[in-house]
Amino acid sequence: MSGRIFLFGDDIDTDQLAPGQYMRGGIEALAAHCLEATRPAFSVDVQPGDIIVAGRNFGTGSSREQAVEALLYLQVAGVVALSFAGIFYRNAVNLGLPVLIAPSIDGAKDGDKASLQLSGSVLNLSDKNTDIALEPMPKNLQEIIESGGLVQYLKKRLASKCKGQ
Amino acid sequence: MQQTLAQKIIARAAGLKYVTPGEVVTANVDLAMIHDSGGPRRVAPILRDLGVGLWNKDKVFLVSDHFVPGDTEETSAILALTRDWARETGVRFLDGQGICHVVLPESGQLQPGMFAVGGDSHSPTGGAMGAFMFGIGATEMAGVLATGEIWVKVPETILIEWTGRLRDGLMAKDIMLALCGKLGMDGGKYQAVEYTGDAIKSLSMQERMTLANMTAELGGQTGLIAPDGVTTDFLRSVGGDTPDISGLYSDTQAPVLEHYLFDATSLAPQVAAPHSPANAMPASEAENTSIDVAYIGACTGAKYEDLKAAARILKGRRVSDGIELLVAPSSKRDQDRAAKDGIMAIFEAAGAKVLPNACGICAGYGTQRLAADVTCISSTARNFKGRMGDATSQVWLGSPLTVAAAAVAGHIIDPREMLL
Ligand code: SF4
Repeated sequence: MSGRIFLFGDDIDTDQLAPGQYMRGGIEALAAHCLEATRPAFSVDVQPGDIIVAGRNFGTGSSREQAVEALLYLQVAGVVALSFAGIFYRNAVNLGLPVLIAPSIDGAKDGDKASLQLSGSVLNLSDKNTDIALEPMPKNLQEIIESGGLVQYLKKRLASKCKGQ
Repeated sequence: MQQTLAQKIIARAAGLKYVTPGEVVTANVDLAMIHDSGGPRRVAPILRDLGVGLWNKDKVFLVSDHFVPGDTEETSAILALTRDWARETGVRFLDGQGICHVVLPESGQLQPGMFAVGGDSHSPTGGAMGAFMFGIGATEMAGVLATGEIWVKVPETILIEWTGRLRDGLMAKDIMLALCGKLGMDGGKYQAVEYTGDAIKSLSMQERMTLANMTAELGGQTGLIAPDGVTTDFLRSVGGDTPDISGLYSDTQAPVLEHYLFDATSLAPQVAAPHSPANAMPASEAENTSIDVAYIGACTGAKYEDLKAAARILKGRRVSDGIELLVAPSSKRDQDRAAKDGIMAIFEAAGAKVLPNACGICAGYGTQRLAADVTCISSTARNFKGRMGDATSQVWLGSPLTVAAAAVAGHIIDPREMLL
């Protein structure tokens, strides 16, 4: 899937991704406020297939999965960052959102056309015809993402266990 | 083979003799804690979808705290769902007794050496007990509840040693704000952070909990303090068995990723400017920042000893005109203790307003939130933009002593100026 890059800085926290004030309601209402503290029109501007590129420690803060769900709801194709906060990273894998670590994001500009390949571990900047290399994702985690998240993955596993008995 | 405390705990939970940092292992979970926000309302549908029940109801600990007191239709419905699920499943349930990270240790159920998970980012608090405890999201929690297992990448250990002794007027919170400032919010690199040194060993259990709690702000996976006499005394005091702590320490030759050395004796009271705990500075440098609201609350900053510290400042004084001092004791037990010792009376005489034993304004989930343009000083753990209220509100962080001192002065001040 391809789309445009939305560029963010360091330490994008879970209160920006999923503001506490909207945690009582459903994901639709919450997603409408995703990242608005930093970029007020984000939820309106973002299109399916767009990619978030960010600095260090993306997703710092709470364990709320809604931070990931809001991005999935908005059909963001994935997040590429210099580093991720640990719990956010686990949550993203478990919900099937591609999260990839880039040693450098220097070539990426806000609004650039780009596409993300999980298996090839590259962020391709289509207009500039260049690739940003990404760290390959551990195989078992890639498997969870490709299953569509932990629930689907567990379903497969529980089913094969039953067959085994 | 020389191993760190984190490695020893994971190895035992994974049924292995040794584990090596970087290795991904599947470990058996000794205890899983969940709360009303990330708990039943989110895990129950997943368990239904999977078509399985709980792997072991006796190892699941449920707390209601995020949506307490449930003063709106939405939040009371969430609490009702939480209670129904507790009844159906028969898990241990503490309802409206206080904040999960405080009531779990108070229950005596969390033991040194345990491998535990919590559905909340401040779950490293359990490390004060010498347990390897870390936060996970709801889907991953559903996986744990279904299988009793979780994958974990064996972390390296970052050793943080504080020598000397904290001076009067300083608290564990000052240590953590200073660390956030020095190392940044990703300084913990999602590794195991172990706190050690004389200044740490001399801390009480509740102060150790503050330390381990804010490992979340340092970006560590877990924060550990090797169990000792303070740990066993605490667990006995809450009615638990005397735990076996033998072998629960990092071997002296075990390799660590980083070893930091700091001197507690020279530390000054810290505050963190909006909107990050990493914006730390000595309180004296932020003096004259005027405030509107002072909040003593959260798992981080309203335990019995936090309340006691704040009362030292507030005794015989009143909150400055036009300033609102809000106190939300972390647990009912701590509030009862504080009441018995006359601490709650001191708050009342000072003009403070007491709120329920719950997450309250810290989570920002309820009706009570910071209004637009309000400047607040808070004993909580994080001051992200918009977390506690309107996006224009400004939150400073400080120790309970520093928050109480600001409430009296009307502006940020080094609390030592007010200690008799
Ligand atoms: S008091 Fe605040 S930090 Fe503690 S569990 Fe509740 S919301 Fe989280």
